Amino acid sequence: MAKIIAGVATSHIPAVGAALDNGKSGEPYWRPVFEGFERSKEWIAKVKPDVCIVVYNDHASAFSLDVVPTFAIGCAAEFPIADEGWGPRPVPPVKGHPELAWHIVQSAVLDEFDITIVNKMDVDHGLTVPLSLMFGQPKEWPCPIIPICVNVVVYPVPTGHRCYMLGKAIRKAVESFDRDLKIVIFGTGGMSHQLQGPRAGLINMEFDKRFLDNLTRDPSTLVRIPHIEYLRETGSEGIEMVMWLIMRGALDDQVEEVYRFYHVPASNTALGHIILENKS
Amino acid sequence: MALPKDYDDLPGTVVFDADQARRGYHLNMFCMSLMKAENRAAFKADERAYLDRYPMNEEQKQAILKRDWNGMLQLGGNIYFTAKLAATDGLSFQQIAAMMTGSTQADYAQMMLNGGRPPEGNRSKSEWKNRG
Repeated sequence: MAKIIAGVATSHIPAVGAALDNGKSGEPYWRPVFEGFERSKEWIAKVKPDVCIVVYNDHASAFSLDVVPTFAIGCAAEFPIADEGWGPRPVPPVKGHPELAWHIVQSAVLDEFDITIVNKMDVDHGLTVPLSLMFGQPKEWPCPIIPICVNVVVYPVPTGHRCYMLGKAIRKAVESFDRDLKIVIFGTGGMSHQLQGPRAGLINMEFDKRFLDNLTRDPSTLVRIPHIEYLRETGSEGIEMVMWLIMRGALDDQVEEVYRFYHVPASNTALGHIILENKS
Repeated sequence: MALPKDYDDLPGTVVFDADQARRGYHLNMFCMSLMKAENRAAFKADERAYLDRYPMNEEQKQAILKRDWNGMLQLGGNIYFTAKLAATDGLSFQQIAAMMTGSTQADYAQMMLNGGRPPEGNRSKSEWKNRG
């Protein structure tokens, strides 16, 4: 039986990827960010997942406004790296796990989550920056990746509760897959940030820290946060945090917080990161 | 009947909702085209002619030509799309963010180093009314 053993949440700030790709990770501005992931890299090297499911959002790379799926899953064998306007990031292509991805589709749809099947998809910084933060700069990513895209570009984005329930559906799907696979699920994006308009630069450390606390201890309070609260308190892009709730929904009710890191600023954003392990 | 927009009260923020997405479809699809190197070159060679390929209104085209980043958002642009125009100009997210706030790059960067813009005083339009 396949099993989700842990969840990782992390911001996916493009400037972090650019800093790494351009050899600036040792500069005073960026050093604390990368040092904050040293323990995480050791952790995941020890855990050695067989597959990672990465929940992220596409930033108008694979999906324009022509088609905007609320939830989509990458079922391809390989996902090319997107050119986001300055050439593709110099990272290895992402290998998928079509068998498990299709299995998740079948299980989730019958579980009433009508997720969009994607067989051709370039992946952007939303997916590749978390991989870089957790795995560094390998020649090939150490395991297959199943991308799960969430629309957080066109409002309204799915509710936190819907995301949390999707996490539960993913877990159910994984546990009915007839192969022994160790799986880590990532929730990415956030934390508080606003990239646009005269209010750009909004950061709410208090909200973020409370969110991290409750992610571990009491996610039931987080699933009830209405959209307006994310928008008002955490900036227009802070609402990406609903994606963390998919990760959390896929874990046990009781989890162990293995590690946490929070840093302001990374470009326009409060960078948050947490690792949660299932106890069972 | 339209759904009520509780987010209309947010100061300095355009929520990219159904109305904005409809208004800005062509503007955003123009931005999307800049993901291809040959399109970036064609746009740079003659911006006006390139824009005329898209059925945008004149106001939208002028906002793009003038690089009025806030104006583009008001007219239906979405930040992840307009960021592709910024990238074409060689500008980073932080650089256009600073422009949209009306502060200098240095002041904006310093504000972020100091912990960012606090939510206090920035939650509602009423709090911005008396700003200088």
